Amino acid sequence: MDNVDISIPEGSIYGLLGPNGAGKTTFIRIINQIINTDEGEVRINGDLLNADHISMIGYLPEERGLYKKMKVGEQLVYLGQLRNLPRKEAIKRSKAWCERLGIYEWWNKKIEDLSKGMAQKIQFISTILNEPKLIILDEPFSGFDPVNANLIKDEILELREKGSTIIFSTHRMESVEELCDHIALINNSKKILEGTKKAIKDSYRSNTFLVDHKGAVNGSLSNDFEVLGHEVLEDEMHKSIIQIKNGKLSPNDLLQNLISTTEVHSFIEKVPSINEIFISKVEGGNNG
Amino acid sequence: MDKLFLVLQREFMSRVKKRSFLLTTVLVPLIFPALFGGLIVLMKKEDESAKQQIIHVLDKSGKFNTESTEKYSFVSVNGDLETAKSAFTESEDYGLLYIPNFDIESPQGFTLYAKSNPNFSTINSIENKIESSIRDEKLKVYEVDKEMLDRLKTSIDLKSLNISEGEEKESDAGVSFGIGYITGFLIYIFMFAYGGQVMQGVIEEKSSKIVEVIVSTVKPFQLMMGKILGVASVGLFQVIIWVVLMGTLFTVVTGVLGLEMPQQAQLSEAAEMAQNSPEAEKAMRLFASIPFTKIILTFIFYFIGGYLLYGSLFAAVGSAVDTASEAQQFMFPIMIPLIAGIVGMSSIINNPDGNVSFWLSIIPFTSPIAMMGRIGFGVPAWELALSMVLLILGFIGTVWLAGRIYRVGILMHGTKVNYKVLAKWFMMKN
Repeated sequence: MDNVDISIPEGSIYGLLGPNGAGKTTFIRIINQIINTDEGEVRINGDLLNADHISMIGYLPEERGLYKKMKVGEQLVYLGQLRNLPRKEAIKRSKAWCERLGIYEWWNKKIEDLSKGMAQKIQFISTILNEPKLIILDEPFSGFDPVNANLIKDEILELREKGSTIIFSTHRMESVEELCDHIALINNSKKILEGTKKAIKDSYRSNTFLVDHKGAVNGSLSNDFEVLGHEVLEDEMHKSIIQIKNGKLSPNDLLQNLISTTEVHSFIEKVPSINEIFISKVEGGNNG
Repeated sequence: MDKLFLVLQREFMSRVKKRSFLLTTVLVPLIFPALFGGLIVLMKKEDESAKQQIIHVLDKSGKFNTESTEKYSFVSVNGDLETAKSAFTESEDYGLLYIPNFDIESPQGFTLYAKSNPNFSTINSIENKIESSIRDEKLKVYEVDKEMLDRLKTSIDLKSLNISEGEEKESDAGVSFGIGYITGFLIYIFMFAYGGQVMQGVIEEKSSKIVEVIVSTVKPFQLMMGKILGVASVGLFQVIIWVVLMGTLFTVVTGVLGLEMPQQAQLSEAAEMAQNSPEAEKAMRLFASIPFTKIILTFIFYFIGGYLLYGSLFAAVGSAVDTASEAQQFMFPIMIPLIAGIVGMSSIINNPDGNVSFWLSIIPFTSPIAMMGRIGFGVPAWELALSMVLLILGFIGTVWLAGRIYRVGILMHGTKVNYKVLAKWFMMKN
């Protein structure tokens, strides 16, 4: 990591993005006190990172697994105790969670007898058993089947409602788009972008609109607008990508101009997806 | 410390609850005595059933004494060698011994014809038989009275006393060595068996990928020590069960079946006889003179010290590899000193105070085994102290070294590891 300075607002879902090998896992391991920093510091609520923080963090690593020979219940209780939960409390919460996720009947079964999907549920339960204030999920959806991925998504949102902060590391953008409200983009051990999802997306707006219309536009548009792309569909339908060149004009001006020459069926601003921003940033960074 | 205990507890419980643990714990005290007992019974039966072997003797010299021994009965045959051979081939007998007309000063030309390759002990006993025949012949020729010769033979019993520790103690090399060898060997076995379990456990944690979650809650060093100590407590627990089980078994068997067993009566007779015989008295005296407390305390010390030293090395190896088969290359250097310790035992029996014995029992990598071999013979206090201090330093050193490799190794997957990589991990900061 090279001079990465990130602040994660309390109660947010914070997306840590970057290609493979960017340094996401290193960053997460530092917060989890698995490895130490050569320089720099981590503060949680103003306190320097210390051993007491272990009990308020929940961590689901990318390389995740369970003791295959251990029983479901034992395993959950053990992992809970390692997060400083008293044994009784760990048992109580494990049972409650297993019931909630419909795997309580497997309480006394060994992990090796479980299906992969059930094991994933148990990994998730073990992550949040200590009701962590800070939940760190490293590529949480890789390897999870769609049903479990959805389940985790819902639980994550609910945990946020209850006040937890969630750090969410991934290179898969579609999940970020949906869940995160803050984003940091890391590439080659450096932070290249940080901010709220909305602010980032806004800064990448290019005043370009996606228009579905009946009948061609032809040359009837004024010079303030430029057709970047055009496609003819069935039944005289057209799809055009139009940019407003003159900064003083609003989308309404474009719409008025269009209505006078063609029948507009839909009109949407073309906002870049996080994926597009990500790719343009990473490729730009690598080329420059 | 709480976390270390949690890890230790898990390691202990997960092993003790296994079916294989229950099986070995119960079966070992049953199987070993049964195995040894069975072997002894078989050997006895074989001895009893062993028939006398018949050996034809074609003696051209007339000097061979054909008196039968316990194992062989000698039958004189006449005629030339060829007819004797064919007669022997047709018979069911064991062999044909040809004794030419020899000169007693340079006897040669003796041949044994047999239908199979005669074993070492057969050759040996027939050689002895011929040699004693020649000796008798020589006595006659040199005109030595045999009775006189017998009277020349004297048997004495040298009593050896160890005065190095102030009081005079009778010592017996055989007993001392026996105890040393058994305890040393136990340590050797324990280190391999349970050290291997530590390694297996680490590899399992790594390959099941649970390790990253665990090290986010405990320090890698705590995890490693928890595992090493957990496995050690399983081992101690098992040994204690074995001792108790074997003790109970012995008492029950002798108590319940004792009255019906003829051996029991013989045994007590033998004991009564022993009380009167000087040899048995000596055995009792020797038994009483063995410093059991000292040996047990030393055993426990070297047992634990040696295990910690090797257990941590095994843990480091486990952390460096992804599968057990990859571990082979790193096992070799660990095995060499262990094997050196066991091989060195033969040198220790011959010369417990020699150079080899001294160094093997001082160097921490071999001392747990070698010192047990020496302890029965009496070791100067300063040597024992030096060896113990070095072992403590040794295991602190290996635990530290192993800890540094372990903390990096457990998070590495699919890396091709060699000694250079290990050195790099070791040097890595934090």
